[in-house]
Amino acid sequence: MPDRPQNTFCILHQLRNRLRPSMTDSPQHPLLEVRDVTKGFPGVIALSRVNLTLGHSEVLALIGENGAGKSTLMKILAGVQEPDSGQLLIDGNPVRIDSVQSAFDHGVALIHQELNLSDNLDVGANIFLGREPKKNGLIDKAKIREDSRDLLARVGLNVSPDTIVERLPIGQQQLVEIARALSVNARVLIMDEPTSSLSAHEAETLFKVVNDLRSKGVSIIYISHRLSEVRELADRVTVFRDGENAGDLGRDEISHDRMVQLMVGRDVSQFYVRKPHSPGEVVLEVKDLVTPANPGHKLNFAIRAGEIVGVAGLVGAGRTETLQVLFGVEPAVAGTIEVSGKTIQIKSPIDAIQAGLALVPEDRKLQGLVLEMAVRTNVGLAGLKRNQKKLGFLNSPQEGACTTEMISKLRIKTPNEQQVVQYLSGGNQQKVVLGKWLSLNPKVLLLDEPTRGIDVGAKQEIYRLMEELAEQGMAILFVSSEMEEILGMSDHTLVMHEGRITGKLSREEISEEAVMQLATGNVREESVA
Amino acid sequence: MKKNLGILGLFLVVFIATAFANPDFVNAYNLENLIRRASLYGIIGIGVSLVIITSGIDLSIGSMIGLVGTMLPYLLIEHGASLFTGLLAVVVLSACIGLIHGLLITRLKLQPFVVTLCGLLIYRGSARWMTGDSVQGFKGSYDSLRYLAIGKIPLGNIPGIGEFNLPVPFLLMIGLAIVAAIFLNKTIYGRYLLALGRNEQAARYSGINTDRMVVLAYMLCSLVAGFGGILFALDSNSIQPDNFGSFYELYAIAAAVLGGCSLRGGQGSIFGVVIGAAILPLLRNSINLLGMPTTLEFAIIGVVILAGVIVDEVVKRMAAKRRAALAARQALGG
Repeated sequence: MPDRPQNTFCILHQLRNRLRPSMTDSPQHPLLEVRDVTKGFPGVIALSRVNLTLGHSEVLALIGENGAGKSTLMKILAGVQEPDSGQLLIDGNPVRIDSVQSAFDHGVALIHQELNLSDNLDVGANIFLGREPKKNGLIDKAKIREDSRDLLARVGLNVSPDTIVERLPIGQQQLVEIARALSVNARVLIMDEPTSSLSAHEAETLFKVVNDLRSKGVSIIYISHRLSEVRELADRVTVFRDGENAGDLGRDEISHDRMVQLMVGRDVSQFYVRKPHSPGEVVLEVKDLVTPANPGHKLNFAIRAGEIVGVAGLVGAGRTETLQVLFGVEPAVAGTIEVSGKTIQIKSPIDAIQAGLALVPEDRKLQGLVLEMAVRTNVGLAGLKRNQKKLGFLNSPQEGACTTEMISKLRIKTPNEQQVVQYLSGGNQQKVVLGKWLSLNPKVLLLDEPTRGIDVGAKQEIYRLMEELAEQGMAILFVSSEMEEILGMSDHTLVMHEGRITGKLSREEISEEAVMQLATGNVREESVA
Repeated sequence: MKKNLGILGLFLVVFIATAFANPDFVNAYNLENLIRRASLYGIIGIGVSLVIITSGIDLSIGSMIGLVGTMLPYLLIEHGASLFTGLLAVVVLSACIGLIHGLLITRLKLQPFVVTLCGLLIYRGSARWMTGDSVQGFKGSYDSLRYLAIGKIPLGNIPGIGEFNLPVPFLLMIGLAIVAAIFLNKTIYGRYLLALGRNEQAARYSGINTDRMVVLAYMLCSLVAGFGGILFALDSNSIQPDNFGSFYELYAIAAAVLGGCSLRGGQGSIFGVVIGAAILPLLRNSINLLGMPTTLEFAIIGVVILAGVIVDEVVKRMAAKRRAALAARQALGG
């Protein structure tokens, strides 16, 4: 998640106002209308009689907590799933969208959160995948190249159609996907969390493209958890909660608080619960640490017991890499790591765990959980060795008791401890990862984007938990790309830029501007030894 | 257990159908032979299932059996090695082969398919070269050792079957299956294998030494294959270096997959593998007894297994759909 300077939005705002077409010629019918759509899945009702209207040349933001039904509705619109009941209208005419192809025919295209490109093929091949123009029965490469150039120009992407997709940075890959959507003459473009893996700069480019498309008559349904983005980009906001409409906000009503309130259904005034408190002994101290990702810089910092230290920075600043070195995923090139005053060698996660460290990784599905296994198995995974009985036999009673404790302590919403983790919501999955580590009672908790992709309610619970753990004397180091999180939660903040720590900010010194200054490389001389 | 119902059903259907079609099927002699073959396949199936659970594969098992099977009588008979030396040599060799597979796969990140495919070629070639491609055997000696493979324990007269003797390999296979099932389900190491087979990264991030566990799985697989090789050799007593054990890797893999091991890793049950291993010799036996042309043997085995897998998949999907519809109805109603 990229951190974004506030002023980017100001520029975009002006840009958008300049580009926004006059709305006087708006036709009678909305471009797209969703009426009373209902959809059920095993055990849940994902959508219950929801309504949504998308006007011509409009950016509609669709927001809601995870599990609110946003993605389900988008899949219905894109022809991936069919509704159980309800109606879809385009230009006032009822339509049936029963396949991705028929969605294309109606001018609806979905851009998935995880991009759907064949990254071993070139850009042109991807844009026309499945719809290749042919000449004499063979693929007409010349036409692909020519048409691709036009489409790439429309999304402002200046690369050759012959470039292999995997060589492009992720932001440009996304533009390729948008170009593909435009190639089917999409009038409705659905973007599901488009900025979740983009850098700040890439996100800016994307916003420009979005505004540009709107000015050319394409309407966009924009799904995002990032409310600051929504605030700046959207003409209107529709909020879903628990598979139902929770409310709509017009341009002038859009505010962070209103959106959060509609999403969680209650007033969230006390979002961050951080209380100032006195830290104890230094628990983790890093001296002249050199990471393999950024061999040119030495890192120095320390965390005390009961302290929450935030690590801010842009994507690529080396924050995740630093945590991975501390946890032994990638061994350090040089430098020392001290835990409670003792120098330790960390060559693998095994060493790190032994020393009392725990890491909640950035990608919980890939690194944090074995998705196909039960809650209980996942919670017990890191403690298997510690709790084993003679000859390596599993300690099942202990594992069960520990899981029960974590489920109640972390308020993990799961039918039982045998539930397979992949069926839990993102927030509850994250709690399972936390439970795995807390069962080991670590001295230092490393959190990498602890609230990424989880809903507002779960976020708040995680903040509360961090506070609680710090109070009990745990040292917490957390990487976050959400400015509000950094400002709200940290006792101290380390700001990184291109592999080095450009500044350390105390709670008194911290402000959005100060963080952004440092994150973009403006080093405060006095704070860096 | 529920996951294995499909394979158990297939086994029972073939078994009962054959029993009705040809009464000779249930005579003691036939059943003893069948159980012995099924047990030997079961042993190597159990070995390879440990590797498949890590989302790996071992294609070298057949050649391993060929190598161990020729090497043991070669050392004992042609070189007059002591029984202890002979057995020690083949066991150490098996362990080393597994160790090398594991190290190549974890350290050099070579693909298991490639490593063990090369193994398949290397061990076969080594066996033929070592023996000059001449047939090996135990020449009527080592009867007490051969008891492990061909021995029988009399169980007396069983009505409808006759004087029935339980083949010793069955006991060995059951013993191995129990140990393997305990290892897989009751120890932290089994849990490690299942976890890393599903998600190697998450396992590593949880402080599991995944490389070491993968090496262990390949070593166990090769050791069990070596053990199987000894038994197959003792059973046959006429070992052709150029084809002894060939294709057995596929029988072992088929047994594991039929028994519910996913080639994507992280899933498997030893009980299923044991039943899966019994299906192959059962089908062969049925084809013989039902008077079908033996030249069609492979084709029939292929078709029956494919049909079984298809039915299993269809049933699973229908069940999932039914559950989904039911749940959706309940959700809508509530």
